[in-house]
Amino acid sequence: MDNNNKARPVIELQHLTLGYEDRILFNDVNIDFEMGGFTALLGRNGTGKSTLLRSIVKLITPLSGDVLIGGESIKTLTTKDIAEQISFVSTEEIKIPNLKVFDVVGLGRAPYTNWIGRLGSEDKAMVYQSLDMVGMLDFADKSVDKLSDGERQRVMISRALAQDTPIILLDEPTAFLDLPNKYEICLLLRKLAHEKNKTIIFSSHDLNISLELCDNLALIEGGNVHYGTTEMLINNDCIQSLFKNTQLFFDKKNMTIKLKIK
Amino acid sequence: MKKKFHKVYFIIIILAVIILFGCDIIFGSVNLSLSEVWSALFNSDSDESIQTIIWRFRAPKAIVAVLAGAALSASGLQMQTLFRNPLAGPYVLGISSGASLGVSALILGLPLLGISFDSDIVRNIGVVGAAWIGSAAILAAIIAVSTRIKDIMAILILGMMFGSASGAIVEILQYLSPEGALKSFVVWSMGSLGGVTTTQLTILVPVLLVGLGISILLIKPLNTLLLGESYARSMGVNINVVRRLIFVSTTLLAGTITAFCGPVGFIGIAVPHMARMFFMEADHKTLMPASMLLGAAVMLLCDLIAQLPGSEMTVPINSITALIGIPIVILVIVKNKKIF
Repeated sequence: MDNNNKARPVIELQHLTLGYEDRILFNDVNIDFEMGGFTALLGRNGTGKSTLLRSIVKLITPLSGDVLIGGESIKTLTTKDIAEQISFVSTEEIKIPNLKVFDVVGLGRAPYTNWIGRLGSEDKAMVYQSLDMVGMLDFADKSVDKLSDGERQRVMISRALAQDTPIILLDEPTAFLDLPNKYEICLLLRKLAHEKNKTIIFSSHDLNISLELCDNLALIEGGNVHYGTTEMLINNDCIQSLFKNTQLFFDKKNMTIKLKIK
Repeated sequence: MKKKFHKVYFIIIILAVIILFGCDIIFGSVNLSLSEVWSALFNSDSDESIQTIIWRFRAPKAIVAVLAGAALSASGLQMQTLFRNPLAGPYVLGISSGASLGVSALILGLPLLGISFDSDIVRNIGVVGAAWIGSAAILAAIIAVSTRIKDIMAILILGMMFGSASGAIVEILQYLSPEGALKSFVVWSMGSLGGVTTTQLTILVPVLLVGLGISILLIKPLNTLLLGESYARSMGVNINVVRRLIFVSTTLLAGTITAFCGPVGFIGIAVPHMARMFFMEADHKTLMPASMLLGAAVMLLCDLIAQLPGSEMTVPINSITALIGIPIVILVIVKNKKIF
């Protein structure tokens, strides 16, 4: 029985159709995201990476179809139920003066704290532990508006860790970072996925980093999502489809992107 | 470690409220000595005229000042966090103007239609009801627009537009109104804490306590809203319920105060910033009680100044709150610190 539980996908997209009145982004998508592992969601601008992530945390209502989390439809789960399963890191820049790093991470405890949000000793321990995991323990008393972009992103990841969920979704967590910081954040996320047994899915434009570090990839192309292990998607030429109608192509042998014109 | 300082600050502010409350009762256009005030308060067979001044006029006025300051500041803080806008407040967003529109429709509009009301209680409840409807209408319009337009400045400008539109309608009503109705409206619109009778207090106090109670219940959701709506929802906050509660609380707080005291400006926008400057925090567990207490203190201070101690004249409370509040608002703009 235990084995059966483990085999159950954590997130199931069933006949999911997403989009807006005038534009359908995904039509009838069916994917089972497996438990655990570090997954990058790749796709060109405007293909709906953000929309897909936001629909999984019920911030967007699908046009039709369903999302199951741990086997249960998000239609029947309350926002609080979902908050205990999935934590979300959005693209929002949090730069509020006098808002302490500790307090931001403490907000991650919101689903578990009382009516006024008072942190008990266990909550506080969890906050410090989460800060430690991302290497930001020394910044607890700093104000978030005084942090660098990389530091702020670590704090937001730490907030997600404090929420103590089996699944973490991140919307372009590396978007504003320089190359070393992009690697740092992705290495950190990979470590968390592997060592803390979290299912981590993040959207990204960094194909190279994703190919190097991710266990699985989800590629959005032409209203479809191709999901599989990184190796699988390289071998079945799915990566190539990202560069349709562009001057670029994916060089499978060297695992790099090259210009078609020399 | 930071909490220790917080306690000290809170004690200082509470002491300030108590002292200012005392001063507000002692000072007024009729000069009374401390002993006269003391015996009027605690000695039932003291001079009756002094007792009347203290119990019928000064004590209710001081209580109204405390409640008005706390109510406007609490609603301002909620507006600023909900709209993620440091310049939001019930006055700036046109919510007070909406209440004015409601009240003017009642005081000026009904006599124009030949309807008059004699009963004091009907009139009181009518004024409050009209103010609630007016402020709720403007607030609903702004919230509806803000879900579509995320631009901070656009929302502020829209608030001002709604306010100006209400003002224009009020002016038309004024132009058409007979002198008697006009005078009672103009006096109301200048704002006064002293016009509240003890009967009116029985409506004012419970309604404001409900509004302030809701503000306190909103502390946790407001904290999560600091990170924006997406984050708040992803942390299990039911944003629709919270938005409705903020809506009800702000309407009760700002609408009721406007109904009884007239449109009092700049307290709602300035006091939350004073609380932020004092406590150097963004946590509503601190900011909410701090704004309420500071609001009470500032309002008592404004009332004291408005009475021009030593003279027999009083000036409209509106002017004083504007003169004290505007420099703080300017400071916030000039420092151009991003609050959200």
